[in-house]
Amino acid sequence: MTGLILELSRWAIPFLLFFIPSLGFLRGVRVYEAFVAGAEDGFKVAVKIIPFLVGMLVAIGVFRASGAMDLLAHALDPVLRLAGIPGEVLPLAILRPLSGGGALGVAAELISEYGPDSFIGRLASVMQGSTDTTFYVLTVYFGSVGIRRYRYALALGLIADVSSLLAAVAICRIMFG
Amino acid sequence: MVNLVWLAMLLAGIIVAASQGKIEVVTSASLEAARTAVNLALELVGLMALWLGLLRIAEEAGLVRLLARALKPLTRILFPELPPDHPALGAILMNLSANILGLGNAATPFGLKAMQELQKLNPSPEEATPAMCTFLGLNTGCITLLPATIIGIRAAANSTDPTIIVGPTILSTGASMLAAILADRLFRRATLR
Repeated sequence: MTGLILELSRWAIPFLLFFIPSLGFLRGVRVYEAFVAGAEDGFKVAVKIIPFLVGMLVAIGVFRASGAMDLLAHALDPVLRLAGIPGEVLPLAILRPLSGGGALGVAAELISEYGPDSFIGRLASVMQGSTDTTFYVLTVYFGSVGIRRYRYALALGLIADVSSLLAAVAICRIMFG
Repeated sequence: MVNLVWLAMLLAGIIVAASQGKIEVVTSASLEAARTAVNLALELVGLMALWLGLLRIAEEAGLVRLLARALKPLTRILFPELPPDHPALGAILMNLSANILGLGNAATPFGLKAMQELQKLNPSPEEATPAMCTFLGLNTGCITLLPATIIGIRAAANSTDPTIIVGPTILSTGASMLAAILADRLFRRATLR
């Protein structure tokens, strides 16, 4: 099963690069001209994101580097132990929605410290693979069209993150605990 | 909410740094983050150009509309306010498919394209529409079949079974997608009134 998924993922992009232009050609699209016309937007969209990304990454960077994030993890520790979440993975849980690269670093650290086949190592792996960098996604997606008021989108994203954290802990306890 | 979270992170960081006598960390972290933000955006330029170019071919060939029509029963429930063969739906579906396959760098351009299409239907351009919130909920809570990066890290750390976490990851992302869909229903109902 895993092998099949790995193969699928390896072939997906070459397949799209083959399939879309050839089908377009068969349907009478001037493929190269259409490609260039679409690609033109790439730069505009990327540049438009910059102010949003600067604002969000600066706040996250200060929060993390100052040690405020570790304090928060420390304060939450007793509550989360009650819910059965091991304190070792808490910094990862807090960092995951904020910074993709930062969370990956923490997950890699946990894996090398506790071993990839330990309970903590496996739980950290599932957590890292399970949630998205919600703040980054919201910042980039809303920023690209100039939206400033997110309504309930942030709450929705965080609900998804918390659900996947709780599910990851429960599933790992059943399967590996 | 985003204003409060943003302010809280910034102020908490500065206060903690000051109280620990390492206020200079704030300066270096903020300047560093500002630089990182621009680098991230510039890295997107090439990827965006590649996928938006391909997407334009797919659109002109009618593929995007075909995909949107094929999955109409599903999207009609999730996005009741969108016209059934609106181009946003095609881009949303491509974005979610890329997310499901773990192809993060293909997912973002499709997602941004979807946002552009959704923005065309937006009566107040600075505020998110319900369709955008639903899309982002699905996107961040999306089910993942292949957490490729973490499998690589496990293999590099000499795991005896690097892919053992695939099953649990599929289950836990399935749970988060379900939670996102249910929460979205509730938020929609609450804001309609």
